[in-house]
Amino acid sequence: MKTFKIGGVHPHDSKISKDCAIEDFPVLEKAYLSMAQHLGAPAEPIVQKGDKVKVGQLIAKPTGFVSANIHSSVSGTVAAVEPYADLAGNPVMHVIIDVEGDEWEESIDRTPDVVRDITLSKEEIIKRIQDCGIVGLGGASFPTHIKLTPPPGKVAEYLLINGAECEPFLTSDYRLMIEQPEQVLIGAKIMMKALDVKKCRFGVEENKPEAIAKLKSFSAQYPEIEIVPLKKKYPQGGEKQLIEALTGRRVPSMGLPIDAGAVVQNCGTALAVYEAVQKNKPLFEGIVTVTGNCSEQQRNFRLRAGTPIINLLDAIGRIPADAAKIISGGPMMGKAVSNLLAATVKSSSAILMLTEEETKRKPESNCIRCGKCIDACPMGLEPYLLVRYSRANMYDELEENKIYDCIECGCCLFSCPAYIPLLDHIRASKAEVMKIMRSRPKK
Amino acid sequence: MGTIIIPTVVSLSILGLVLAVVLYLVAQKFKVEEDPRIDEVEAQMPGANCGGCGFAGCRAFAENCVKAGSLEGFFCPVGGNAVMQKVADALGLQVEEKEPMVAVVRCHGTCDNRETTNVYDGCSSCKVKANLYSGDTGCKYGCLGCGDCVQACKFGALSMNPKTGLPEVDETKCTACGACVKACPKGIIELRNKGKKSMRVFVKCVNKDKGAVARKACKVACIGCGKCKTVCPFDAITVENNVAYIDFTKCRLCRKCAEACPTKAIWDVNFPVRVPKAEPKPAPAPAAAPAPAPAPEVKPVETPKNE
Amino acid sequence: MRKLIVSPSPHIHSVENTQRIMRDVIIALCPSLLVSIYFFGFSAIKLALVGVASCVAVEYVIQKYILKTKVTINDYSAALTGLLLALNLPPSSPGWMILIGSIVAIGVAKMTFGGLGQNVFNPALVGRVFLLVSFPVLMTDWSVPESWFREGVDATTGATPLALIKEGLANGLTIEQIMASNPDISYVHMLFTKIGGSVGEVSALALILGFVYLLVRRVIKPTIPVTIICTIFVVSGIFWLVNPDQFTDPIFNILTGGVLLGSIFMATDYVTSPMSTTGQIIFGFGIGLLTVLIRYFGAYPEGVSFAILIMNMAVPLLNKYCKPARFGKEVKNGK
Repeated sequence: MKTFKIGGVHPHDSKISKDCAIEDFPVLEKAYLSMAQHLGAPAEPIVQKGDKVKVGQLIAKPTGFVSANIHSSVSGTVAAVEPYADLAGNPVMHVIIDVEGDEWEESIDRTPDVVRDITLSKEEIIKRIQDCGIVGLGGASFPTHIKLTPPPGKVAEYLLINGAECEPFLTSDYRLMIEQPEQVLIGAKIMMKALDVKKCRFGVEENKPEAIAKLKSFSAQYPEIEIVPLKKKYPQGGEKQLIEALTGRRVPSMGLPIDAGAVVQNCGTALAVYEAVQKNKPLFEGIVTVTGNCSEQQRNFRLRAGTPIINLLDAIGRIPADAAKIISGGPMMGKAVSNLLAATVKSSSAILMLTEEETKRKPESNCIRCGKCIDACPMGLEPYLLVRYSRANMYDELEENKIYDCIECGCCLFSCPAYIPLLDHIRASKAEVMKIMRSRPKK
Repeated sequence: MGTIIIPTVVSLSILGLVLAVVLYLVAQKFKVEEDPRIDEVEAQMPGANCGGCGFAGCRAFAENCVKAGSLEGFFCPVGGNAVMQKVADALGLQVEEKEPMVAVVRCHGTCDNRETTNVYDGCSSCKVKANLYSGDTGCKYGCLGCGDCVQACKFGALSMNPKTGLPEVDETKCTACGACVKACPKGIIELRNKGKKSMRVFVKCVNKDKGAVARKACKVACIGCGKCKTVCPFDAITVENNVAYIDFTKCRLCRKCAEACPTKAIWDVNFPVRVPKAEPKPAPAPAAAPAPAPAPEVKPVETPKNE
Repeated sequence: MRKLIVSPSPHIHSVENTQRIMRDVIIALCPSLLVSIYFFGFSAIKLALVGVASCVAVEYVIQKYILKTKVTINDYSAALTGLLLALNLPPSSPGWMILIGSIVAIGVAKMTFGGLGQNVFNPALVGRVFLLVSFPVLMTDWSVPESWFREGVDATTGATPLALIKEGLANGLTIEQIMASNPDISYVHMLFTKIGGSVGEVSALALILGFVYLLVRRVIKPTIPVTIICTIFVVSGIFWLVNPDQFTDPIFNILTGGVLLGSIFMATDYVTSPMSTTGQIIFGFGIGLLTVLIRYFGAYPEGVSFAILIMNMAVPLLNKYCKPARFGKEVKNGK
């Protein structure tokens, strides 16, 4: 069984929503569309109060390189273009739309037929992906069209599709692979064409045998896509870890996947690419798992971006009384929600409810130098040491010890028996070190 | 005996001599020429190495003073004017006197004034907390209460008051080095002039939200109403982004603004108990210490009497 | 609705905690403790109880009244130190001696450095070595004070095999002659109990049982114990092949004395062992080498404690220079 070599942890699987089929979540009265649905600078709204919009209509344009188009997920009238608090309570520009009906742009093909022929050329595909505002759905929301255009001098050899879904609780990718396997494979094929690569590997963790079987049943039609079962180990779906597991190559320190000749795309992104290229449908909805051990109901929804979290939770019944923390994303890398009025974005993958017992950190005690953080770190770093330097603000030493390689997977804090908030400190210092490194004149 | 002692003494002596010569040669070879005035200046410095002057320690400050040839832009906040005068004397230069400063915490969102809306469970660091989200209260501008400023202070002048959850400045210890100002991710701490007899008037709030939002999050928030600006006879107050700011270079400590402030966000500290002639009874001034009993309890008592 | 908890990721934690780890080590020591109770009866119980109680009490008093900090006796680390100390003493040790050992172990070796996680030396070993140098007679008196099962201890001759060999060699005998005059020294006895020695070393098998438990519970990794034992085997094997009359054979060296107890429970102490695998291998090699050298050429018949303490000193250095393998290579002229 293939896997990555260094570190990793084994959190409890908890995929309790894995047998819930994807349902369409109803459109609500109001949609709150954030202008920061991608990694880079927030997009610039191109609609004004009072404008009528349709589902799939472009409502904001990118302002920077790592920025993407945003499309309306509902039809209706723009009620306001103003700052609205996001998950963390910080104000972000939103386009707020009063929903009227559900009128889609005519150009979108809404039939359920699977379109198999890829008619567009390489350049057209990338243009379409850019126009449709596709961003990576694996967590970082990096605009996909940039990933599909390797920088000059770098050549992609492999396209890797990430179906690992190594985070506990999450099942959105799993449902996708079960319910729309062929569309995902076509999406992968489209990206192979865009990248001009011959080899494509699709990694799925071994705890999803049904998904592996489903995907493999299409291998006769798509022989160029190799389905590779991966060992169940977190963070198997980390970009660098996945590349190592699937190709045996390692991305160099400070390098990009392309330096190892690979481009990694999430399987959710593959579906979005399929829909954009074959069906002309921009990215404004995605599969969101609503789950938690304390929740009576587990669901997998196809959810429009801009739905307030509180409404989403209300729709499945009341928020359980013992839900103490609500997380957008998985329990290892997701963001805790402090503002339930905040709306989902197109790359939201899950809303997870945890009880106090499951999530509350125990009081920090002395480091016993057990080295478990070192054993857990998939990047071969020494979290205990980084924290010691962080507490003393020793940025030179932090840089020497490669704090910039940290992928913030959380394995160190997860495994620390003394409950030292390792990643909290490392994340803060990493940002500081990166700032120092960027401010240095380039040679 | 002699057979043991004599060779030992001789060999050790030779060894000592050889090493002494080596040491001398090495010292000659790697000798660094330094301006003797640097040592002179350094001798005048307080030696706290706090970095408050903007240089990495007292020696670096001294080196830069000597190199610059003028004391413009150089100031040791710890030593103050006295030390700067000595430095100027040592270098034969002129130095301008600066007013003494003190760190001021511009937030009074105590546990009573500012209700928490969620529970923070990360590591106790304002830096981490500020990166994560807007904070555990409705106010996203106020003090996070993890005490980064307390840790940054090298003079023990800051401490967290467990009752209010806010840091407090001990004016007698504060040297205005500015370490806390840098440490605070919310920019709450400001260096202000110490004022005559430590009397100061300032806005103890930095909330930029609109009045209603700010007031809902915190009872003593500045709501940006501008009343203080209207009453100020010296044009010292500006209201920008829904928050008032008093320019301490213009403020003459008349305290009219503090009386006018509807949310009591403007503080006047260290003033003597006022005995106004117009009024029959002396109004109790708020306690002089930087952290009196929660303001809303004291101030309402005062307000009706002023009317 | 209740107030939500907000924290940076990750939001879940493994079941592991300091308490659980310490408890697991204590559980792993239980087979040895039971075997020694079987052989030494009440004196073994007394030693263990006094050791644990005095270590916990010393830690409590120091933290509560001298340092005035949070009392951390709940993490079981003091209890573990007490138990290890007890298992490292001769069965006939008087109670006051282990009390002194506890004060040195916790008070000097642990608390002066800043408590759990900060100490340079293994506290239990410091306690033991302090007692060994202070009370050499008592600490090498291997007689059995009393036993509930008299017949089981016929073989405990009152001296450890290592001491017998050392003494015999000093008298000009060869190993073969010493072995012949002490028929009780056999591998079977070493494995199953019948050797003289400190409370915890009676049975090699019980110690190995504890080792397996620790491995299964993932408390320790096998790196350190395996390196130590391999090093001892190889180094003593070389000496033995050169001159079997003067040097004991490798298997004898591994099964006697504190090698198993030391390598499984003392050298693997988290705080005083290196964190990276490379460091652990160097650490284990050093202990093995020093142990053999002390045994063959030193004044003491036994060298594990000293070897571990000496290598403890090298740990900060090993941590500094033995970095774990990083994930990606540095790119030259980087960008």
